[in-house]
Amino acid sequence: MPDHAIHGLLEDRKGQVLETASGTEPTELRCGTRSAAGSVSQRACVFCGSRVVLYPIADALHLVHGPAGCAAYTWDIRGAMSSGPALHRHSFTTDLRETDVIYGGAAKLEKALRELIAKHAPNAAFIYSTCIVGLIGDDVDAVARRVSADTGIPVIPVKSEGFKGTKKDGYAAACDALMELVGTSPEAPRSVRGINIMGEFNLAGEAWMIREYFERIGVPVVTTLTGDARVETVRRAHTASANIVQCSGSMQGLAIELEKRYGQPYRRVSFFGLEDTAQAIYDVADLLSEFDPELPQRAAQLVGDEMARVLPAIEVFRRDMEGRRAAIYVGGAFKAHSLIKALRHLGMRTVVVGSQTGNSDDYKRLQQLCDPGTVIVDDSNPVELSRFILEKKADLLIGGVKERPIAYKLGVAFCDHNHERKIPLAGFEGMIHFAREVHGSVTSPVWRWTARNREVRA
Amino acid sequence: MLLRHTKPDNGVEREALVINPAKTCQPIGAMYAALGIHNCMPHSHGSQGCCAYHRSMLTRHFKEPVMAATSSFTEGASVFGGQANLLEALGNIFSVYNPDIVAVHTTCLSETIGDDVAQITSKAIESGKVPEGKRVIYASTPSYAGSHVTGFANMVKGMVDGLAGKTGTTQNTVNIIPGFVEPSDMEEIKRISAEMGVKTIVFPDTSGVLNGPMTGKFHMYPSGGATIEQLAATGDSKATLALGPVASAPAAKALDVKFKVPCEVIELPIGITATDRFVDALHRLAGVNVPELINRERGQLLDVMTDMHQYTYGKKVAIAGDPDHIVPLVEFLIDLDMKPIHVVTGTPGKAIPKRLEKALERVGRDVNVKVPGDLFQLHQWIKAEPVDLIIGNTHCKYIARDEDTPLLRLGFPIIDRVGHQYFPTLGYKGGLRLLEKILGILMDRQDRDAPEEAFELVM
Repeated sequence: MPDHAIHGLLEDRKGQVLETASGTEPTELRCGTRSAAGSVSQRACVFCGSRVVLYPIADALHLVHGPAGCAAYTWDIRGAMSSGPALHRHSFTTDLRETDVIYGGAAKLEKALRELIAKHAPNAAFIYSTCIVGLIGDDVDAVARRVSADTGIPVIPVKSEGFKGTKKDGYAAACDALMELVGTSPEAPRSVRGINIMGEFNLAGEAWMIREYFERIGVPVVTTLTGDARVETVRRAHTASANIVQCSGSMQGLAIELEKRYGQPYRRVSFFGLEDTAQAIYDVADLLSEFDPELPQRAAQLVGDEMARVLPAIEVFRRDMEGRRAAIYVGGAFKAHSLIKALRHLGMRTVVVGSQTGNSDDYKRLQQLCDPGTVIVDDSNPVELSRFILEKKADLLIGGVKERPIAYKLGVAFCDHNHERKIPLAGFEGMIHFAREVHGSVTSPVWRWTARNREVRA
Repeated sequence: MLLRHTKPDNGVEREALVINPAKTCQPIGAMYAALGIHNCMPHSHGSQGCCAYHRSMLTRHFKEPVMAATSSFTEGASVFGGQANLLEALGNIFSVYNPDIVAVHTTCLSETIGDDVAQITSKAIESGKVPEGKRVIYASTPSYAGSHVTGFANMVKGMVDGLAGKTGTTQNTVNIIPGFVEPSDMEEIKRISAEMGVKTIVFPDTSGVLNGPMTGKFHMYPSGGATIEQLAATGDSKATLALGPVASAPAAKALDVKFKVPCEVIELPIGITATDRFVDALHRLAGVNVPELINRERGQLLDVMTDMHQYTYGKKVAIAGDPDHIVPLVEFLIDLDMKPIHVVTGTPGKAIPKRLEKALERVGRDVNVKVPGDLFQLHQWIKAEPVDLIIGNTHCKYIARDEDTPLLRLGFPIIDRVGHQYFPTLGYKGGLRLLEKILGILMDRQDRDAPEEAFELVM
């Protein structure tokens, strides 16, 4: 790749960035490695991964075993909506203090658990271990067993000590915890001719929109994992006939495990963008067509109806967006694939794309998907990102909380496609919202005052 | 929304548990303090998540990019110690991000495995990881002790320990340590001092770092912050004025002990009485007179207090906040003839209840106080005895909604409104802003709730 794009990068980082060229085979991008110490990484930890996956289960108790900080920083920061109970929106912590670190925190944990279960009558309890618990060696399993035996609800330890890997390992720990629940209700495996929607957290109510598509074509949804889920629905997840996995980074492991254990086939899908949403619905029709031969036809009908509704609606926005350039920096690379396609519908070209946790296949696919001259980056940092955005003259950045002010400082439009989004961007309807969001920011008059001054200084 | 239909459960003493914390952990305070040094990279010696969470939370609060690096601990580091990570980190930070200084704070992880940051830092300097002329300071900030406020205090003390010196010639400057307050407040402290003709070194100083203007440029290190030279010169100042015992006293006392710079510790200048004390302290320490402009600002605050005292009379208030904020705030509310009746802070500290008790002397009734307490506790008290106003951070909005009680956002974090970055709540002007907000909230509520016939045009 041209020197200027990697100028100033940590030596360590050079294998993690590339620029696509025309007519070449995709190459290996180094990824899945730990971040270099001292880098201003945008990544989080194991605990963070576990917390985001499990927290939407609204009738469970989520107790963070550690100092208050870990609970305070993750207190209701994602808009995972619940249609009923809201226990998950509280912040419960054992608030470990110095004496607990010396003498152990297990007694405190047990006391806290018993008190909370008595008070809130949750249907299950998750205990999240933080860094410190991994060091002081509290026997969380023993506490969980005792309290579970006495209270009669599942009490599930989540092995989410922050230092034990990356956010991905946190997803795995959360999936292990979910496996403690799945299959614990008496129904037979695959007894329902429906699906589970995995890796969907109901941000801004997206799970409800997606669910509705399946209801319209007569496919029951046993549970969403974990958006607006209940302990009871998670227990019955084994009764579905197939699984679809939306945020594959977080839940593909669980899908593989369910396939092994209960014979549920699964597909990786995405509900971002029109093609991918349509494909997801076709995939489900395909998975279940043996039970319902007319399902593919109903699916096609639904997709046709929705497309006819949505395409004219986004055409209005497309006129203003044609030829503009976008940069993408998101958590998982699979979502980036969908975003690139969605942006094309708006006439926009992706010139920078990166993720915190993408894998080698994701990055190869990105290289195939992107136009020549696109920068592809794993585990980036603010200085790099800003340089890429300016060098590639992006008009828009799609990212999360830490990226937003960087874009704004550069006078670049921004769309939050992470957990702080307030507007549903999934499904057919979501494409209209996405178009409106992007349009609203890209065409804002506010950039008039700054567009000419863009610059980065380290 | 969350607890609307529940009954109060007073009298439950919870020891093992915090529900809806009114605090967060030390490292974020240390990170915030370090951002108040010019050209400084804060560094979190712990897991990646700590750094990511702190940066996200600070970004939500200030709506600005927040730069900080991390040692990216792994399982190996937790077994064998984090020395290799910190050495590698310092090398990388200086070579790639080129700050003048790195401010290292610890986490529960690095503290518990026993990393000696002082020793690792010396090693980094010996082995050439720290380029000539660059500096590294550090603070011990385990998450299982204190709170975000003590973390701030520890890093400010780290600035003194690591950078302050004495040339032997006392300068005509006063050090002011503003405490864990907004960039706008630090700016206001500097303005008041300048108006009074006092030469100051204000540290840390996040104004210009976390409330900078939109320029179309991204600066890794924005233009604000106390410089290394200023921090080095604090040992030559003729006095130190520490605002807030929890956040600012440790650094002030360190300057006193090490360099014999006499210090005075006062409450944050929130409201008229506390600001009078601040202005008086500046007047005494710097030997300057109070200029007409400052008197005029005081007079304006007093004027509005007079004009509107019937609207604040007897109004009940619940408060959650940091100790250095709530003590003078309680005092101000009592000056306004309001009744602070429920008060919690999440920050532990033996001296805090005594300070609160003294501030609450004139309230003339029993007050619920919990140190350390949490927002669940505050909510239960409000259910038992409702209030006219809640003052606290954004997390109080759940209580405000459940109990249909108005909320004045003050403290950290404020992640659902803007303004705190730009408009101070310290000083007479800050007092006026607070009062204007309180009145606006109370009177909007009166308008909303007034029966048609009692709905007033003139108030």
